[in-house]
Amino acid sequence: MNTTAQHAGSETAGIVFQVRGLTKVYEMGEVKVQALRGVDWDLAEGELIVLLGPSGSGKSTLLNIMGGLDTASGGTVTYRGKELTLATEQELTEYRRFQVGFVFQFYNLIPSLTARENVSVVTEIAKEPMEPENALALVGLSERLDHFPSQLSGGEQQRIAIARAISKNPAVLLCDEPTGALDSQTGVVVLEALERVNRELGTPTVIITHNADIAAMADRVVHLSNGMIVNIATNAARRPPAELRW
Amino acid sequence: MKSLDKKLFRDLWHMKGQALAIVLVIMSGISTFIMFLSVMDSLMLTRGRFYGEHGFADVFANCKRAPESLKERIAAIPGVALVETRVAAEVKLDIPDFSEPVTGHLVSLPDDRPPLLNTLYLREGRLPEPWRDNEVVVSEAFAEAHRFHPGSSFGAVINGRWKTLTVSGIALSPEFVLAVRPGAISPDFKRYGILWMGRKALGRAYDMEGAFNDLSLTLSPGGDAGEVIRRLDRVLDRYGGFGAYSRKDQMSHRFLSEEFKQLQQFARIFPLIFIGVAAFLLNVVISRTVATQREQIAALKAFGYTTTDVAVHFVKLVLLVVALGTIAGILLGIRLSHGLGNIYMEFYRFPYFLYVLRPGVVGLAAGITGGAAVLGTIHSVWKAVRISPAQAMRPEEPAQYRKTVAERIIPAGILSQPTRIILRNLERRPVKAFLSIAGIAMACAIMVVGEFFGDTVNYMVDIQFRRVHREDMTVTFIDATSGKALHELQGMRGVEYAEPFRTVSVRLRSANRTYRTAIRGIAKESSLYRLLDEDFRVKAMPEAGIVLTDYFSKVLGVRPGENIIVEVLEGGRPVRTVPVAGFIREYLGLMGYMDLDALNRLMREGHAISGASITVDERLQPSIYRTLVEMPRVAGAVVRKDEIRNFYDTQAESMLFFTFVATILAGVIAFGVVYNSARISLAERGRELASLRVLGYTRGEISYILLGELGLLTLLAIPLGFLFGRWLSDYVAVAIESDLFRIPIVIESATYSLAASVVVVSAAVSGLIVRHRLDHLDLVEVLKTRE
Ligand SMILES: Nc1ncnc2c1ncn2[C@@H]1O[C@H](COP(=O)(O)OP(=O)(O)OP(=O)(O)O)[C@@H](O)[C@H]1O
Ligand SMILES: [Mg+2]
Repeated sequence: MNTTAQHAGSETAGIVFQVRGLTKVYEMGEVKVQALRGVDWDLAEGELIVLLGPSGSGKSTLLNIMGGLDTASGGTVTYRGKELTLATEQELTEYRRFQVGFVFQFYNLIPSLTARENVSVVTEIAKEPMEPENALALVGLSERLDHFPSQLSGGEQQRIAIARAISKNPAVLLCDEPTGALDSQTGVVVLEALERVNRELGTPTVIITHNADIAAMADRVVHLSNGMIVNIATNAARRPPAELRW
Repeated sequence: MKSLDKKLFRDLWHMKGQALAIVLVIMSGISTFIMFLSVMDSLMLTRGRFYGEHGFADVFANCKRAPESLKERIAAIPGVALVETRVAAEVKLDIPDFSEPVTGHLVSLPDDRPPLLNTLYLREGRLPEPWRDNEVVVSEAFAEAHRFHPGSSFGAVINGRWKTLTVSGIALSPEFVLAVRPGAISPDFKRYGILWMGRKALGRAYDMEGAFNDLSLTLSPGGDAGEVIRRLDRVLDRYGGFGAYSRKDQMSHRFLSEEFKQLQQFARIFPLIFIGVAAFLLNVVISRTVATQREQIAALKAFGYTTTDVAVHFVKLVLLVVALGTIAGILLGIRLSHGLGNIYMEFYRFPYFLYVLRPGVVGLAAGITGGAAVLGTIHSVWKAVRISPAQAMRPEEPAQYRKTVAERIIPAGILSQPTRIILRNLERRPVKAFLSIAGIAMACAIMVVGEFFGDTVNYMVDIQFRRVHREDMTVTFIDATSGKALHELQGMRGVEYAEPFRTVSVRLRSANRTYRTAIRGIAKESSLYRLLDEDFRVKAMPEAGIVLTDYFSKVLGVRPGENIIVEVLEGGRPVRTVPVAGFIREYLGLMGYMDLDALNRLMREGHAISGASITVDERLQPSIYRTLVEMPRVAGAVVRKDEIRNFYDTQAESMLFFTFVATILAGVIAFGVVYNSARISLAERGRELASLRVLGYTRGEISYILLGELGLLTLLAIPLGFLFGRWLSDYVAVAIESDLFRIPIVIESATYSLAASVVVVSAAVSGLIVRHRLDHLDLVEVLKTRE
């Protein structure tokens, strides 16, 4: 186990994300919130990472910047050799459209679209997507295809958000608390789906969670605290989600 | 983008009430736009076609009596194409079962050939036989007013001889599209008619065989009307010419032109208000809808939808609403056009109404609304996508509120908590509040303008017919006669008092500006016809000089004390320089006034009068009229009360139509603005209100928070609307003023209260609808889902 960030060779093949000195400051009037204070970190091809940390430690901020949803205040994020921090608006849009599968912490479903349509809204613009029905089946929602978000429980809404992320067969999966609203049994179903995508397709995956038990399914566990990476732990072996209980 | 389109339709369905309100407002805007512009185009086209097909002349002239041989000389004037000579005369008519004075304008038709100019469009029957002096074709409006058909007959006094005339046919003429008795202010279909008779028969009756007293001609291409008129006047001078004039001074044509000008102004003002309000509403609704969807937009962006994709999505939504409103507006506009067209066709006797709706008009209407809507949408979307998706997806922070000015002024304890919420909300978003107020105020203003016409017409009638004219009857003589005729009138049974007047056709000239009109000579200390100054005080007629309608200061650019040149167009045709003694306030027409003796001195004609104003014993009025018909030197008589009644009769329908349209439209706008504001507030604040309900507030209390705010906005909007309405009325009045009439700005308090009522009622209706929704607010659902 390492206590400092791992500094792999900067031009290493097989590195998906290379994060260097990443900072993020939110300015709200006079108040400045330093959400990230210099994050250095690499994500390798095929890896499944669990990102742990207390509330407000900057997990979502880091993931958002990696997903092209937000801009950094300083430092660089390189995705497969391309520097996201220098990307144009159009390049970022294409990056989000064709590369990233994102699960939002607050689901962000479109209230006027059914479960199926909330997935197809993404698959319609992807290159080689799954059928929306198949994606929903992976998260156990085959029975709820034509329900509107307001007719679904919080957990069900969250599962649509996950189906939506994996449905486009993304090149990288970024999940912000994908199991936050789920009981352990459903949580396992969802994690299995994510794990399968990672295992079978080799999609590099980052999962944010508050739940340390989930860390066992990861290749590596990144601990964030107060905007900095305080620890990166490598698991000797990944435990299948089915064996996880919380 | 299948799923996005589904979202589009569902979002639209979700806001169907709002969408409907916008559709209605757009519909109103587009329909009035189309109505005014297409009716104007149609009337232009119809007039052009009618004039063209029926050879409407370019120049007209009258004289006492000229030999037919003069025609050759006139035709030889450079610039003249076709010349037609006629015999024309004013005759007194005696219509069975109609005991009021009726005047006919009798015009000759060539016996041996169809007329070259001003040809008739025969609606019914046939032309009169050339040799028959008892057959006439009558104008359609007159025939309709008296239910004449071919075969009907009535009495006429032709050159002093009583005759029975039989209607052979009913016709229309480009010359008399609007038949207005000279000196009258509105057409009177019952009391003024045009009659056509064969030239020989009419010539014989008036001792005009081989002679004419009426002439019309067309100009050859490039012909200069001014030059032709000058030459024509010289030719006709010896024969008692009254001064030639071009189309623009021809009665019927002038009224039409004024009406077109008025329509054009309306077409400029009203639709712009509507389209403006519609665009504003769309803009508000869209920007607020986009704002409520800000997280969805962020999510779409996060999935990789481009800003353009998102913009296109909302533009589609907006265009759908605009398209619905536009189509409905076009259809309604076409219907309204026919309504308005029919009203005009009652006045303006065209043989047909050629309806045209130029694609350009539709395009412009659709373009303005569509353009405003699209721009507004793009602006809102741009605002929404400017922030990074990560930021936009975070729940919005609680808005910043603070204590309001009102709360600081009004002691605590008086304002309830809900009232404080209302005040804080208004103060927090002053722009939004102001825009809502402005929208509602517009509705109020439209009502005021719609009603204003009625008020102003009442006022004009009061001034003109009650304060200026005070006689019961005006009697005119065939020619200027000696003062003896007055004694004759005074001696009649039932005539209480008679006062002479003289009218003289003149051309007034100042520098290079001229105006063809008449001077009325008024007896000293006249009590039946009074001049009113700018403040409506009775003005004494100065001994010398001419008093002019105030609008002359604009038309001729003269000021009191300056001299103008008076070219008399009759009698010895003297040309004199006369000082302007002052101005009087008059809303209808343009006239000059002089002391009767001074006018007679100017004419060098001793004591002559052209008519008299009389007061009569009302019970004897019919018998007085009988006697007048039989008096050879009396050309006609007009009863003041009839004139007023007729004025209202002819104006009422179009006024009602405008008021009706204005009321509906104002209601729609008020409803649209209030309803939309309420619904958007509901969407934005549903959670807050539901939370309050959960905390134990009653339905009434939360309704008060939302609707009380709107009520307050409506109340604030009304006085502003009065102000707007007043400005708009001012603008309209100035825009349509002409030498035919000027519109005084008179707005009755009844108009203001009606405008306020329409706005309040529309607001209340939309409030009730929203209240219904509030009562059915699903607390659980509102709290569970995040918008
Ligand atoms: N848009 C923003 N404006 C201002 N401050 C922000 C914004 N977004 C995040 N922050 C602040 O940045 C810090 C990190 O936020 P972030 O959402 O990354 O935390 P997190 O680790 O995901 O927390 P949680 O586990 O609660 O989701 C927090 O202090 C948060 O308040
Ligand atoms: Mg977070």
